[in-house]
Amino acid sequence: MNESYKNSNASLILTMENVYKSYPVRGGEDKLVLNNINLSVSKGSFISVVGPTGCGKSTMFRLLLGEEPPTSGIVKVNGKIVTKPDRNRGVVFQKYSLFPHLNVIENVSYGLELEEFTIAGRYLNPLKYSAKKKLYREQAMSYLESVGLGESANKFPTELSGGMRQRAAIAQALIMNPEILFMDEPFGALDEGTRLDMQLFLLQLWEKTNMTVFFVTHDLEEALYMGTRVLVLSQYYSSNDGPAKGSKFVIDKSIPGKSPRPPESRYTQEFNKLLAQIRKDGLDPDYKQDIKDFDLSHRLALKGI
Amino acid sequence: MKIFDIYVKIRPITANILSSILFVVLIGSYVWTSYSRHQENPADKIMPSISQMYDGLMRSAFEKDARTEEYRLLIDTIASTRRFFISLGIIFIAVILGVTMGVFPYIEYIFLKFVTFFDKIPALALLPILFIVFGLGEVSKIALIVLGVFPTICLDTFLRAKAVSHEQIIKGATLGASNFEIAYRIVLPQIFPQVLDTIRLNFKAIILFLIAGESLAATAGLGYRIFVVRRYLAMDIIIPYVIWMSFLAMLADFIVRFWIKKRYPWIENK
Repeated sequence: MNESYKNSNASLILTMENVYKSYPVRGGEDKLVLNNINLSVSKGSFISVVGPTGCGKSTMFRLLLGEEPPTSGIVKVNGKIVTKPDRNRGVVFQKYSLFPHLNVIENVSYGLELEEFTIAGRYLNPLKYSAKKKLYREQAMSYLESVGLGESANKFPTELSGGMRQRAAIAQALIMNPEILFMDEPFGALDEGTRLDMQLFLLQLWEKTNMTVFFVTHDLEEALYMGTRVLVLSQYYSSNDGPAKGSKFVIDKSIPGKSPRPPESRYTQEFNKLLAQIRKDGLDPDYKQDIKDFDLSHRLALKGI
Repeated sequence: MKIFDIYVKIRPITANILSSILFVVLIGSYVWTSYSRHQENPADKIMPSISQMYDGLMRSAFEKDARTEEYRLLIDTIASTRRFFISLGIIFIAVILGVTMGVFPYIEYIFLKFVTFFDKIPALALLPILFIVFGLGEVSKIALIVLGVFPTICLDTFLRAKAVSHEQIIKGATLGASNFEIAYRIVLPQIFPQVLDTIRLNFKAIILFLIAGESLAATAGLGYRIFVVRRYLAMDIIIPYVIWMSFLAMLADFIVRFWIKKRYPWIENK
């Protein structure tokens, strides 16, 4: 770890240091999924992570949320070691982010309520509870309006379209004011038109709130359009030590142009050149570049992995 | 053949007529057989006429029992429903246990095999043991119902709790929910309507065990009564009692279904 990296710690919201993750295989050697992952993310950035199927994106996502500990190495958010999922890290999944038994406004205000009241607390102090509940609803309503769901406050998740559900899920996460928002293919289940709308919507929200977003997707075009920085997690590399074992970050670079970019930017020659380059280097199973030759040009990328 | 037409659209009135046919046939042939039996033997007890059954019902409902000075149908109904509700109360513990097992692995491993073991025991076979251990009173009858239905409800709830998507649990945790809140405020409420439905479907088993327990030892109860009057071949009491029991079971079923529909509108199109 070099000096400049240490000094820039103040603005780092997320770090992974020498993280390995392997799973036991029945009657065999442990399978290494993540091989020495190092990452530092500065506050306010929009990180896009892509990778081929089976590269361990979901595994990494679980480590970041604290669902599972790494086999070795350290994951820190805002300087604190991640142990369990907690209210400081928000999450939006592709599906099942909303609670089916609550309507939209209850879903969005639920976090506030859970944080303040224990299970018994609601019944022990009913006056305080009902007063607070009104407050939570007001706050939730203003979040709902900001995501354009004011009209649907009393609908249940099953009554919403896919895009509306994801908007509600984003509001539900943001109301907790998390240090970082993790998104796992949040628009993966949407049709093309809704997906483009939601991309724009998320970028506007990101710009307005100055939050840090960690956005995992399998769609490279989406990743490049959305992010300020793109990371490719891939098992398609070669090294002197023989065939690849586990995935590494093979690409880590700033995406040119200031995000949010105009939608037309994805039709430019520059954009498509970058797209083709990354697709070949990072995502092509038949093209295994030597690990030393990858583009790790981002200022926070750790060289010589 | 027209009756095996797949594409036919049936009008509501026709549908109602079709649905009534078998009932009409059943009741009609009963009345006819009963009538012809009474022609042969006016004292026939096996197939009482409708009016005899009506009399039997009236006697059970509105005439005081000579020995106990009580309205039999009333005290029988109270005794049986009381047992039914006490059992239901205990069965709700099965729901809580099931959710707890579904969310917390330690609890799962402590209880799962044990509950599954009890689920495999034919509960009726335990009845003699219960009578020996708990005597012939209320405890053994309720214990029979609980042993018969508790494991089923518990395991069903457990499986439903397990099936709640893992995203929901992580989502809850990122909203600041404690482990207990995840279990009882996120997992339990979203499976609860389905659990209620399972309980509803198990009403039949509850009533079965109730009648079995009452038939062997009781002083009142709907099941007890039909087995007592069986000794006198009192079909004019038994048949109305059976219809009354079926009606109560249908009513209970209807109330739960209505409640689920009204209270949990979100379950409809899930």
